[in-house]
Amino acid sequence: MDYYKLRIVKNRLMQFLVYLALFSALVPLFSILYEVVVKSFSAINIEFFIKPTPTVGEIGGGVANAIQGTLITIGFASLIGVPIGLMSGIFLSEYSESKLSISIRFLHDVLSGVPSIVIGVFAYALITRSIGFSVTAAAFALAVIMIPIVTRTTEEALKLVPMSIREAAIALGIPRWKTIITVVLSSAKRSIITGILLSIARIAGESAPVLVTMGFWRWWFAGLNRPVANLALNIFVFAMSPFENWITLAWGSAFVLILLILGISIATRVFTKGRC
Amino acid sequence: MKSLQKNPFIFSNLNNIKSISRLKNYFKGDDIFKLVNALFASSIFLLLGLMVYELIKGSWLSIQTFGLNFIVGTKWDPAVSKVFGALPLILGTLVTSTIALLIGIPISLGVGLALSEYLPKKIGFIVSFFVELLAAVPSVIYGLWGIFVLIPFLRHHVYPYLQIVFGFIPLFSGTIYGGGVLTGGIVLAIMIIPTVSAVMRDLFSIVPISQREAIIALGATKWETTKIVISYARSGVIGAVILGLGRAVGETMAITMVIGNKFQIWPSSLFDAWYTMAAIIANELLEATYDLYISALINIGLILLFVTLIINILARLIVWRTLKLTRGIARE
Repeated sequence: MDYYKLRIVKNRLMQFLVYLALFSALVPLFSILYEVVVKSFSAINIEFFIKPTPTVGEIGGGVANAIQGTLITIGFASLIGVPIGLMSGIFLSEYSESKLSISIRFLHDVLSGVPSIVIGVFAYALITRSIGFSVTAAAFALAVIMIPIVTRTTEEALKLVPMSIREAAIALGIPRWKTIITVVLSSAKRSIITGILLSIARIAGESAPVLVTMGFWRWWFAGLNRPVANLALNIFVFAMSPFENWITLAWGSAFVLILLILGISIATRVFTKGRC
Repeated sequence: MKSLQKNPFIFSNLNNIKSISRLKNYFKGDDIFKLVNALFASSIFLLLGLMVYELIKGSWLSIQTFGLNFIVGTKWDPAVSKVFGALPLILGTLVTSTIALLIGIPISLGVGLALSEYLPKKIGFIVSFFVELLAAVPSVIYGLWGIFVLIPFLRHHVYPYLQIVFGFIPLFSGTIYGGGVLTGGIVLAIMIIPTVSAVMRDLFSIVPISQREAIIALGATKWETTKIVISYARSGVIGAVILGLGRAVGETMAITMVIGNKFQIWPSSLFDAWYTMAAIIANELLEATYDLYISALINIGLILLFVTLIINILARLIVWRTLKLTRGIARE
């Protein structure tokens, strides 16, 4: 009888521990969201969105140049990363009978495990050392981070398209390439766009590769061989600075960034009803 | 896609039928399309090859100058003697990652179990969503939160009590700055929990329902059933742990912001500042002024690349094998 009681107690205890673990894992999320919203309250105003980074000692200022720079960097990175990821995803899903695809899939897994700082050092060694700290080097690094994500989500999205749809198109005499472009891709359009958006959300928050490839930049966009400002990197530089004004701006930037990233995550989740 | 390949309409031997040479042109697009896709997909070989090549080329000067002494050297002096040794950084990375695993793995295990075993399916779905949001928060925001929220909290409400209780152990003595080794480990733990617990949830949820039914039929409690589930997915859980280690080792911004960035061979206590491999690259690569200095930093990047490659390949193989084995059995 005592042994029986022990088992019951143990069962209760473990149940308690499991829920305790779940609770302690979720506390940081809510704490981060709460602090970012509360602390950015004083930072967010119209000036915040239309003024560039203030100089040391200047009062006010904003992150307009960082928003511009982040958009340029993301756009440039997507121009490189999205086509490669998309084509790789099509290849992996539609030609999976090819022996090549096993090793390609494995290497994409490997690449997605490489730390972003190492990818930053790679872009630094390849591009920054020859043309200097520039948005080109940063965009390249971010594109490398993007490729495995886009590839994986595209592959998964295309695999969900029923085989019968492909067979129906082929039965009509449509060649395979046209089937893929007009029928398969268009029926998986939603999930593919979701994947691309998720990869954009990921690179928007990357600061380590941006730091080593273009560094902190306080001005507006000045050409592809010069650096641009970046929201995520601003947070790092502002947070480590001793100026009250900059620290406020760091919280404001964090708010904008979190709104962008969580917005994309939540929107895609609702959009695809969790299928992706 | 096997069924497409066997489709007689596409893959019939068109060469023997001369009258339909027009059809051959019609299918030429297929070859071109496949080739273009294959070329783009193969760029991954070029990319990874180029990465390894560039990092080795960039660190060649450092490898030539220091050789193996780079890994066992304990001095980092860019200003005067220009000697670089990475041992303290390697130790710093290992220790903070170990702390992250010690804190993060039990919690991840609990979250994985809660999501797959304990919570009702609908609530589990919503909670899963929150856990995934946690994974989407950028590293630099964890760092910001670490500096202004976590560090003050730990310094005033946690560390003093830790010191009172465990102060007799040298690990917990010494001045409390707030930032430091333990804080770094805690932030890393928070960051690996979403990834590891998502993998664990997947592993537990594919354990066949018959396993649970069998043990429940023997009169087992919920926890005893759960133990069977864990032991069934055992090797996959080990894979998930290694995956978390890979993430912790490469994490940069958050740890740079909370660990204190102090180059020393061993910290005086868990509250002392230290340094990691990723953090020194982030802090010094921009300021490196001469070739040997840059080369030493790239050399650290090379070490980091190889460490994470080995960790990740190992973890993927284990997780992949477990998923495959379990699915195979479930199908029978």
